[in-house]
Amino acid sequence: MHVKIRINGKPYEKDIDPRLLLTHFIRDLAGLTGTHIGCETSICGACTVLANGLAVKSCTMFAVQADGVDVVTIEGMARDGQLHPLQESFWEEHGLQCGYCTPGMIMCAHQLLARNTAPTDTEIRDALGGNLCRCTGYQNIVAAVRSAAGKLKREPRIAAGD
Amino acid sequence: MTQRYVGQALKRKEDPRLVSGTSSYVDDISMPGMLHMAITRSIHAHARIKRIDISKAQRLPGVHAVITGEEVAANCGPVPSAGEIPNMKRPQRYLLAVSKVRFVGEPIAAVVAADKYIARDAADFIEIEYEPLPAVVNPEKAMQPGSPRLYDEFSDNVSYHFGFESGNTEEAFKSANVVVKERFINQRLAPIAMETRGAVATLQMPDNELVIWSSTQIPHLLRTQLALMVRVPENRMRVIAPEVGGGFGSKLNVYAEEGLVAYLAKKTGHPVKWIESRRENIAATIHGRDQIDDVELALKKDGTILGMRVKSIADLGAYFQLLTPIIPTLTGLLAPGAYKVPALKFDQVGVLTNKMATDAYRGAGRPEATYLIERIMDVAAQKLKLDPAELRRRNFPRPNEFPYKTSGGVIYDSADYEKALDRALELADYKGLRLKQAELWKQGKYMGIGLSSYVEICAMGPSTAMPAGGWESGTVRIEPSGKVTVLTGASPHGQGQETSFAQIAADELGITPDDVVVIHGDTARIPYGIGTFGSRATAVGGTAMFLAIQDLKEKMKKIAAHLLETTPDKMEFSPGKLVVKGGSGRSINYTEVVGAAYMARNLPPGVEPGLEATRFFEPSNFTFPFGTHVCVVELDWETGEPKITKYVAVDDCGNVINPLLVEGQVHGGIVQGVAQALHEEVVYDENGQLLTGSLMDYALPRAHDFPEFELDRTVTPSPVNPLGVKGVGEAGTIGSTPAVVNAVVDALAPFGVTHIDMPVRSEKVWKILKGRKAS
Repeated sequence: MHVKIRINGKPYEKDIDPRLLLTHFIRDLAGLTGTHIGCETSICGACTVLANGLAVKSCTMFAVQADGVDVVTIEGMARDGQLHPLQESFWEEHGLQCGYCTPGMIMCAHQLLARNTAPTDTEIRDALGGNLCRCTGYQNIVAAVRSAAGKLKREPRIAAGD
Repeated sequence: MTQRYVGQALKRKEDPRLVSGTSSYVDDISMPGMLHMAITRSIHAHARIKRIDISKAQRLPGVHAVITGEEVAANCGPVPSAGEIPNMKRPQRYLLAVSKVRFVGEPIAAVVAADKYIARDAADFIEIEYEPLPAVVNPEKAMQPGSPRLYDEFSDNVSYHFGFESGNTEEAFKSANVVVKERFINQRLAPIAMETRGAVATLQMPDNELVIWSSTQIPHLLRTQLALMVRVPENRMRVIAPEVGGGFGSKLNVYAEEGLVAYLAKKTGHPVKWIESRRENIAATIHGRDQIDDVELALKKDGTILGMRVKSIADLGAYFQLLTPIIPTLTGLLAPGAYKVPALKFDQVGVLTNKMATDAYRGAGRPEATYLIERIMDVAAQKLKLDPAELRRRNFPRPNEFPYKTSGGVIYDSADYEKALDRALELADYKGLRLKQAELWKQGKYMGIGLSSYVEICAMGPSTAMPAGGWESGTVRIEPSGKVTVLTGASPHGQGQETSFAQIAADELGITPDDVVVIHGDTARIPYGIGTFGSRATAVGGTAMFLAIQDLKEKMKKIAAHLLETTPDKMEFSPGKLVVKGGSGRSINYTEVVGAAYMARNLPPGVEPGLEATRFFEPSNFTFPFGTHVCVVELDWETGEPKITKYVAVDDCGNVINPLLVEGQVHGGIVQGVAQALHEEVVYDENGQLLTGSLMDYALPRAHDFPEFELDRTVTPSPVNPLGVKGVGEAGTIGSTPAVVNAVVDALAPFGVTHIDMPVRSEKVWKILKGRKAS
């Protein structure tokens, strides 16, 4: 099947098998390997990307379902060599160790902050319920999201991918 | 040397590539002509393989090869396992099952195809005719006469007996005023690194070197073992651990699939990739714990411990992975915990069952020990009507008694257990918590406070106590520009040693961490090393690097002294330069000395050109980090859910290189330990079918399961290494599990509860709350 998917602002037109997963389209056909696969069942959230602004788990979405969709991956977060405030905050607050879950965490946190500019810690922890991390114990991830919310409030930034 | 960077919470050098998604894990490697491997696995826990039909799979377009057990048994060595216990029955296993399978998920056939979808299809097209055999999954049943036997060649399923007695336990128990006993079960757990296992292998031109990228904690040991396995000379093989997405012990191993990828790359001449699915990861990556311990503790009226007896059953699973029989025996060494236990008798049987092999999982043998001693201490405190903190305090060795030889047979390096306990009690407001608890109990609200004063065995370790060398290598090269390249045999996979090692090197050489690059995980670039596990990277690998730096500093002092016409003993390092001691103000720039070493036109007699040194550090002992954790839980009357409302951890890991990294390790460790206490359990049914085979069924902890942890530290440097560091990778996991269970049992004390088994799910608590009357 023929699909056209915009990823980080760039169009990718391909003929694909209907069963190709969006995550494999992103990783193997677009060559953007920052999106990781952790469970293939929507549980761990490592593969989270934004599809038309909504956080989705790309391991359980078919690429054909994303035909005509605007996708943003972790590679689309930095702008002109400048890290997104979420990326900066994960770095500053030691919100990652092995880094495998990090892209998905950041994409999910991005959706939270788009909906709620000043989340409480409980709201952050609840919003990240679909993203698993085995290294950090979550505490510094929560701190990173909290810190990024503060930065974005002081210095609002257009949503990633726009 | 002045410490400008050591001890500072520096942001990690690793992170820019990780937060931007530009790093490269195994699955991110792609090569022209690359094939994908998929595995057909056993659906039975115990069965004879009567027939395998691969013809349908072979006919599928895109399939390049299909292999089965007979081919690999003829062409490849077995899956390696280390460790010797006298009279041990050691099962042998090939890369694919030959004639019999012994656990659900055991590899039977491998397919390589042009893409991963075709490979998976082909693997599913392989038809296998089984003759199912009775399975045994319960180790106590497996030990009984008449139990189904896993191996025709073994008389029974008991692989080994391991035991020792130190002191006179019979006397201790005879003279005791009080004896308490309880059975403690460490359930089976799955390590679940967020990145599953995976490997890529290729024959690389021009010399057909076999290059393997693997998500591993031990690239050099893996190369040595793979060379034997696939029969390639070790010096014609290169193993690279690229970015590794967590390990927790599960990648401290040599797996059949790594051998298969290497073999198939050789066989097909194509690069071959295998990425484990999560279902495969839960079924066929090593599991942890699975140990039953019957514990008896003998005490005097005043709470003084006289002796301890442990009867232990370790469920090894069906086969041996690299360290399967070694891990449970570590429990014996640490059974006395942080206490004076004058007499100890430890007896363990290792039992084979129709399940995946157990092996090293974060803590590896020591969480089991800590759980049993910290739980039995609470059982004893309850019986003696002593405060659990007070019972612990009365049995600690005093700081002046270190180095302290224990009845477990190890020598604790340094500690002040009481200081850590006191700090934790203060931080938690323990007295206030007890008052609040009494108040809540009156209102019919059940709150519990749990303590755990743990000690652990880290910095593994002296080579005499290790299966494959316990040393580590470190190479330091000061480049002609003055920039520094560190090559370490440690193989970090999230711990942050690219940063912490740079901090140490920067302070020693008077440069900045930005001037230092730390390289790890590539056998072609780095001298032979052991790897990262057992909280060893900084204490052993960091020390090797530190010693190499000292060699270079001595050499640079000689060169500097020669150029300044003084003697090397008068030179010292200062930021950016080497200065003559004594305030004369004479100095020479660091870069000038480095340049002189490479220009080599004016070197002192006997000094060779260049600035590179390699050291191999052999530690004289393990290190023994310790601490006290305090956990507060409140039980939900309606659901039984134990909710953690407060968590305090005071840990002592010796000197701290980067507090940010130490806190991160403690946070993550606590969550993994709490998850054992409350959530996680690998469950097989009685036929050996895996019931928790996906993350839908295996309960990993999530962000909203925890409050904000409160952390503090005491600092007792280790005398075992010049850095004074002890290691912190496993502390949180080891300390937290018993603290949580102690808290739940404490909350249930009004119901006469003295013990509850892990994982403490809501249902177990709910039954107690609804079924019994509170006193």
